Amino acid sequence: MIFLLWGAFTGSRLVPLHVPGPFAGETSFTYQSESEGGQLSDGRVRIAVGPDGALPAGAETSEDVAVAVQSGRNKLIQLPDDARAVSVNGTGIAPGGAVPVEDGTVSMTAKGTLSFAAERGLQMEPIWLPSPEAVVGRFIEVMANGYQNHSLWEHIGASLLRVLAGFSLGALVGIPLGYAMGLSGWFRGWFDPIVEFMRPVPPLALIPLVIIWFGIWETGKVVLLFLAALWVMAIAARAGVSGVRISKIHAAYSLGASKWQILRHVIVPNSLPEIFTGARVAMGVCWGTVVAAELVAAQMGAGMMIIAAAKFQLTDIVMMGIILIGLIGFGIDMLMRQAESRLVPWKGRG
Amino acid sequence: MPGLTLNNISMRFDLPNGSHVQALQDVSLHLAKGELLSVLGPSGCGKTTLLNIVAGFLAPTSGEITLNGHAVRGPDAERGMVFQEGALFEWMNVRDNVSFGPRMAGRRKSDYLPEVDRLLEIVGLKDFRDKAIYELSGGMQQRVALARCLANDPDVILMDEPLGALDALTREKMQALVLKLWKETGKTVMLITHSVEEALLLGERLIVMAPRPGRIHKEYRLPFAELGAGMDLREVKKHPDFGTTREEILSMIWNMEEEIMGHMEPAS
Repeated sequence: MIFLLWGAFTGSRLVPLHVPGPFAGETSFTYQSESEGGQLSDGRVRIAVGPDGALPAGAETSEDVAVAVQSGRNKLIQLPDDARAVSVNGTGIAPGGAVPVEDGTVSMTAKGTLSFAAERGLQMEPIWLPSPEAVVGRFIEVMANGYQNHSLWEHIGASLLRVLAGFSLGALVGIPLGYAMGLSGWFRGWFDPIVEFMRPVPPLALIPLVIIWFGIWETGKVVLLFLAALWVMAIAARAGVSGVRISKIHAAYSLGASKWQILRHVIVPNSLPEIFTGARVAMGVCWGTVVAAELVAAQMGAGMMIIAAAKFQLTDIVMMGIILIGLIGFGIDMLMRQAESRLVPWKGRG
Repeated sequence: MPGLTLNNISMRFDLPNGSHVQALQDVSLHLAKGELLSVLGPSGCGKTTLLNIVAGFLAPTSGEITLNGHAVRGPDAERGMVFQEGALFEWMNVRDNVSFGPRMAGRRKSDYLPEVDRLLEIVGLKDFRDKAIYELSGGMQQRVALARCLANDPDVILMDEPLGALDALTREKMQALVLKLWKETGKTVMLITHSVEEALLLGERLIVMAPRPGRIHKEYRLPFAELGAGMDLREVKKHPDFGTTREEILSMIWNMEEEIMGHMEPAS
């Protein structure tokens, strides 16, 4: 659906229906002009509109003015003998006014010169919204040649590596912290306010502080992603621990299990579904945060790629980057789901 | 003295608002080895609290429990428990659930596996031993819970409405299984239930508890468990004493519930 709309508004060849495009071809309008002596005369302007802007053929009589206009641009029309136009197609015109004509609009500048703009249609220009095939073409080109001194895989790999590093560290610290909070009132008392305070702070709000403390390069990014994953994982692990049914703990006790055995064989496995849910959330947050972090400063990365391209108005690379980021984020979640259904098949069926 | 003895057990819960609830008041009870006792009573009479105290999950405010002469403190493998539902470990298959107790005790595989498999056969789950818990029906899950408890060879088995979540038909089959297991293993069993019929069928002895404060109201000695071990439970229900005892207990509990409702209504 979105693809069809996209194609329709960019004149894509992949889509059968389009909204009206910009006018291209020949058109003309008539005018009446007044010379300096007050003499009225009729004339005609022939206009060719196209990407190359070639003059129309057959501009013979002295009243005929031939003009070539590039698609999407305006063109001032110099009337012969410095005459002043008073009407266009029989409609009076004054400085600042405009008259719609066939395939375009004729307007008069403040100084009294006529100006023609061809019908733009509803389609977008490539610098605002490139067509799907332009984006695919650019994708193939970037895949072959890379962008900004690095191949596409290096860009994406750099982002993925940062996410992986930040997420792993976050899980490594967050899960034990969550367990400790779930099991010990002392830990809960000390860390609950910190976690609950930090959790709603968007990771992006930490970027300035992280830059001040850790610099703009890899350390800063990994620390940021670590912080993005940490609180989510801690809360998930804590929820997993406190979500255990008391009857399971009681059953394990009355089967003779010790505290450590219950932690190892009951509480930890029981918390895995929650931890997986948390991991999926944390991965999503990390992926979103890495792109934003790369917008600030990076030499490689999916986010860096789109911000660099945006500076040169290379909308097709920006679009390609956005689509890739979306696809990779979706791919990560699919992988996590697969791992989840393989590792915790009892999830939701307790 | 062998068996399970409860001596003047009282339990008081202090509420945050300063008042307190007397959940149990001077409950004394003796269960000889191999006896099957069912406990009945209206909701709120403290029967689950009593079971949790015997299991060791709760410490009584006063009173003492002894098992075969030694005092009971905290949960222990000598007192196994079967819960209503949700106490199995979903991340283990059927066999690993049943062998949980022996495994935690550090016993060797060759040592406990034959017994685990024998128990699975008795409860009719031999072909399901490698299945995951969530693949089993509710009745099968309770069979696993029974086998898991027995695999640990406890002295006393405590059952907290073990069949409460099952449909009527499954429940009947499971009642027969509980009786069979009790007869075969000779374990001391304390069973809590909401169903008067179940209490009559399974209880060699039956106590009816009264609420506010929770205490033993009346005790019965019943022949039905003995009968049921040798014949169809439906036949047992046709026994003339079965119907009259059931009606008697039902009206007793009914009156207690009425009284509670009366307490709650404002005086007119």
